[in-house]
Amino acid sequence: MESPELIKNLQARVKELENELKCLKSSNSAAKPAAERRGKIAEMSSEVVDSNPYSRLMALKRMGIVDNYERIRDFTVAIVGIGGVGSVTAEMLTRCGIGKLILFDYDKVELANMNRLFFQPHQAGMSKVDAAVNTLQDINPDVCIEAHNYNITTMANFDHFKNCLKNGNLKTDGQVDLVLCCVDNFEARMTVNIVCNEICQTWFESGVSENAVSGHIQLVKPGETACFACAPPLVVATQIDEKTLKREGVCAASLPTTMGIVAGFLVQSALKYLLGFGKVSAYLGYNALEDFFPTMALQPNPQCDDRYCLEQQASYQKRLSEMPPEPVKEAKEEEQITHEENDWDIQLVADDAASEETAEVTPTLAPGLRQAYTLPAERTVCAGAEESVETTEQSLDELMAQMKGL
Amino acid sequence: MVDASTKKALAQITLLKTKAGPRDGELWVQRLKEEYQSLIKYVQNNKEADNDWFRLESNKDGTRWFGKCWYIHDLLKYEFDVEFDIPVLYPTTAPEIAIPELDGKTAKMYRGGKICLTDHFKPLWARNVPRFGIAHAMALGLGPWLAVEIPDLISRGIVTHKEKDSGGDASK
Ligand SMILES: [Zn+2]
Repeated sequence: MESPELIKNLQARVKELENELKCLKSSNSAAKPAAERRGKIAEMSSEVVDSNPYSRLMALKRMGIVDNYERIRDFTVAIVGIGGVGSVTAEMLTRCGIGKLILFDYDKVELANMNRLFFQPHQAGMSKVDAAVNTLQDINPDVCIEAHNYNITTMANFDHFKNCLKNGNLKTDGQVDLVLCCVDNFEARMTVNIVCNEICQTWFESGVSENAVSGHIQLVKPGETACFACAPPLVVATQIDEKTLKREGVCAASLPTTMGIVAGFLVQSALKYLLGFGKVSAYLGYNALEDFFPTMALQPNPQCDDRYCLEQQASYQKRLSEMPPEPVKEAKEEEQITHEENDWDIQLVADDAASEETAEVTPTLAPGLRQAYTLPAERTVCAGAEESVETTEQSLDELMAQMKGL
Repeated sequence: MVDASTKKALAQITLLKTKAGPRDGELWVQRLKEEYQSLIKYVQNNKEADNDWFRLESNKDGTRWFGKCWYIHDLLKYEFDVEFDIPVLYPTTAPEIAIPELDGKTAKMYRGGKICLTDHFKPLWARNVPRFGIAHAMALGLGPWLAVEIPDLISRGIVTHKEKDSGGDASK
């Protein structure tokens, strides 16, 4: 191992240990002493007594919903983003007795977050991950929780983040079982997407619209279903005309209801996926104004921008071809997204809706869904458009100096 | 919708060619050179048009950028420190430009003072990967944000003019 990398890893480890220590200290000194926490429970029991926190969950077995509920303890789930959706997601999984949670966020709890669930006013100023670890361990000390307080989209943390997903499994030290993306921005979603494509990690994307009245979850199995880069993000169409949507003075609105509902959908789907019951939709939308829940299947795009996505598509096709041909897939009622090629000329900086509609690929979507935006089929500059940079003889240092000297 | 002046500014900014991010080694150096070329040209154009409004520089590997931007309101110059990281997935994802000193002072910001971009920024950026660079992010993201938010912050008394800034020559 090269020494700069070694130092970086050591620094990251020190940071982790510091976090752990901080958690321990704060849980010892917080209003509730750690002594009040119940002891760990070695094995999940289905005995119905007041003191068994798992009796109602284990009842799922007796009712024939889940074959083997206690398997929940074998699973490791990473949650990226511990905000309005992620924190509630973490709480639900903790109450379900998940084996291990790995939490990522770099934000602090603020009073402005109190319109959402989970965090409490006395936690204001704490990092979201530290505050979450305290509360979650109080709720269920059986869950192993690892937390990382950093931004996954920067170079400094990217490799560490990837290694956490690659080696964080409680049982195997290998990949985690599932990643749940609960972030509020495109950059972090794309980062989760690229990492999961690289390591072939199944994950769920989730989101709530900035006007708080719609949301969605999406299952991404690299190579098998569309990844987040395969097409522009899908959004649930609400009847609000985008042009009349007032955004003056605020970035985003939020409701505890919509966030709680999306977190509920997310964890429900995660449980179904992990424990193998029911059907998991590739895409599930929620339109709060119309009480409408569109679902659809999403095929990967053979022209996806991410090369790891293409690699995973090839290896999935290979796996498929090697499989015995027995299980005929049930007829899908859901509509399939199609990525038709087109060779229309695309305006360079098209900005008005009219040109978008006439000039670009519009895939077939389930009713009630639309794409956040459209992309030109071929991203080439039209002749005569804006000029590109010329090849320069100057070195980077010279250019930096020139910029400084302006 | 992008207003006419932004559109005009945008049209003057040279486009980039190399699709490479900070994980791409030599290609990233090539991309960085293009970023600097485009930025230098943009600042020069701004100066010529008497519309000089920012300076930027980066660390050695071009992953962290910082500098100043300013806004003239009623003949007074209001100056702010600006900074951002180049995301791992740049240029597929745009940089998130921040003015940390205004964090918490306006609802049009995300954590850490990252400016809130219009609905048009991301589609426009996505449609122009990899040809848009930092100069485009400044012109399309930060420029319009300052033009809307700073007069508002001044009128609400949240941002006040600092005497020491007024001596500074905007065209330095
Ligand atoms: Zn893809």
